Amino acid sequence: MIRFLAKRLLHGLAVLWVVVTLTFVLLRILPGGPFDSERRLPPEIMANIQAKYHLDEPWLKQYARYLAGVAQGDLGPSYKYIDRTVSDIIKDTLPTSTLLGVLALVFAVVLAFPLAVAAAAYHNRWADRGCVFLATLGISLPHFLLGAALIWVFSLKLGWFQAARWGSPDSAVLPTITLGAMPCAYFTYLLRSSLLETLGEDFIRTARAKGLKEPFVLFKHAVRNSLIPVLTLLGPLFATLVAGSFVVEYVFAIPGMGRFFISAVTDRDYPLITGVTLVYTAILVCANLLVDMCYSLVDPRIRVR
Amino acid sequence: MKLFQRLAGEFRRNRLLTASLAFIALVTLAGFLAPLISPYSPGGFEEQRLLEVPSAAHWLGTDELGRDVLTRILYGARVSIAVGLGTALIALLIGTFYGLVSGYAGGALDSFLMRVVDIFYGLPDLLIFVLLSLFLGRNITGVLIALGLITWVRFARITRGQVLQAKELIYVEGARAIGASHVRILLRHILPNIFAPLLVTLTFSIPAAILSESTLSFIGLGINDPYNAWGTSWGTLAQDGWRAMRTYPHLIFFPALAIFLTILAFNFLGNGLRDILDPKRN
Repeated sequence: MIRFLAKRLLHGLAVLWVVVTLTFVLLRILPGGPFDSERRLPPEIMANIQAKYHLDEPWLKQYARYLAGVAQGDLGPSYKYIDRTVSDIIKDTLPTSTLLGVLALVFAVVLAFPLAVAAAAYHNRWADRGCVFLATLGISLPHFLLGAALIWVFSLKLGWFQAARWGSPDSAVLPTITLGAMPCAYFTYLLRSSLLETLGEDFIRTARAKGLKEPFVLFKHAVRNSLIPVLTLLGPLFATLVAGSFVVEYVFAIPGMGRFFISAVTDRDYPLITGVTLVYTAILVCANLLVDMCYSLVDPRIRVR
Repeated sequence: MKLFQRLAGEFRRNRLLTASLAFIALVTLAGFLAPLISPYSPGGFEEQRLLEVPSAAHWLGTDELGRDVLTRILYGARVSIAVGLGTALIALLIGTFYGLVSGYAGGALDSFLMRVVDIFYGLPDLLIFVLLSLFLGRNITGVLIALGLITWVRFARITRGQVLQAKELIYVEGARAIGASHVRILLRHILPNIFAPLLVTLTFSIPAAILSESTLSFIGLGINDPYNAWGTSWGTLAQDGWRAMRTYPHLIFFPALAIFLTILAFNFLGNGLRDILDPKRN
């Protein structure tokens, strides 16, 4: 178990290193720099700025400095927000993004469970077809369209919920649904097909043969055994959540990390871009590690590999 | 060829599949023929007819510069289809080659190549896509290559898994026994045998690419190339509509519908293909 986890942890570190290096290199080959503006700065001021941010040093030295900083949790200064460091910005925005992600995940799982169980229990009947149809709709609907549609109906027409900003519970409803819809559809899909496979197993026939009531067979025997294969496929689910969150933050004007990523790209705020990408990657790595841990706890065969 | 005959038979029986395929054909054709069938020229302004609701002259209305929305959507179809198909093909080429080599070679090379794929899998792909497209250029070609460079790992994993199974089969052993070269075994014996799962993955990669491209164009980080002759991305059209949604909802509604229906049709097609080609089904 320890060896397995150590291996996964090492793999996670490798992913992080690749991301840091990739963003570092990409952002430095890009034409133009963070301080190119409409009005050309006098060369001596430019030289001062370059020196302040160590941009005049050779790349390798900058890279080593950055890596050393990251190892100590220092993601460097922001070029755009002069009085704040990247770590400050992330510290301020990460809780918001995390809360949104967790809400959406809870929404997705709570809704997907009954849908998937109903679909599997009534396989090939209208309930099943309806669930599959809904799930396909959910997978095909881009976040920005769902968000726009929800805002139009529930904020502009009906006036039930706030259309933007973040803070009160009623401002969280629409973003949660928008972000949760796609993972929910995805989860319903996976759980349904896993349940269908389990329901064809011998031990289900045995359970039925010994006269167990159908709900008992379904929930006690089938659902439990169907969750294991679904667990391994949760990694891509987290990836959808992360990718979706910065679109949802944009649409609903939520002050999260994703919004800063978008403006950092337009502003060429290189340390902020790298920092936010790194944090997103770290979240994905941790989520995958957690999934691996759950999986190896549930299914001992995995640990051997 | 037997595969295609079987597919044709299944398509005739399944109406949802036929409808999806017909819609995809329609969108592709609309994109190709946009200059011929669109009622107005793509850059045609009418200063007197700004932000009009749908009418007989402008079926889907006009935007804030008096451009015909239907024309813009028809031209936008080219962008979406080109990005979807182009990405899927690039990913297919890179990923299949990678997977074939990895699975067939086995051993240390295989574990090294798969370690690389694992790392790619752990990346937040939409963010990496943004960075890559900044580097490759925010035009159709740049976006297409950037997306392809992210999507190929899917093909690599699936191909490799399939090759691992296929290379143990009796007829591959037979081919090896009569002295067929590695390239011949891979291309003539293994590749045709693993065609079905690749086709399914290909079908699902197209809507995923269209989704990513339109999403990023919507938030202003995607295609930004207003002077090209191809047309404007549906995501950008939706963004234009989004800003005026309160007063002119038709401006976001039609591009949104185009994106949604196209992605939906591809997903239905993918689901159908997967069910038909599933070896466990028969």
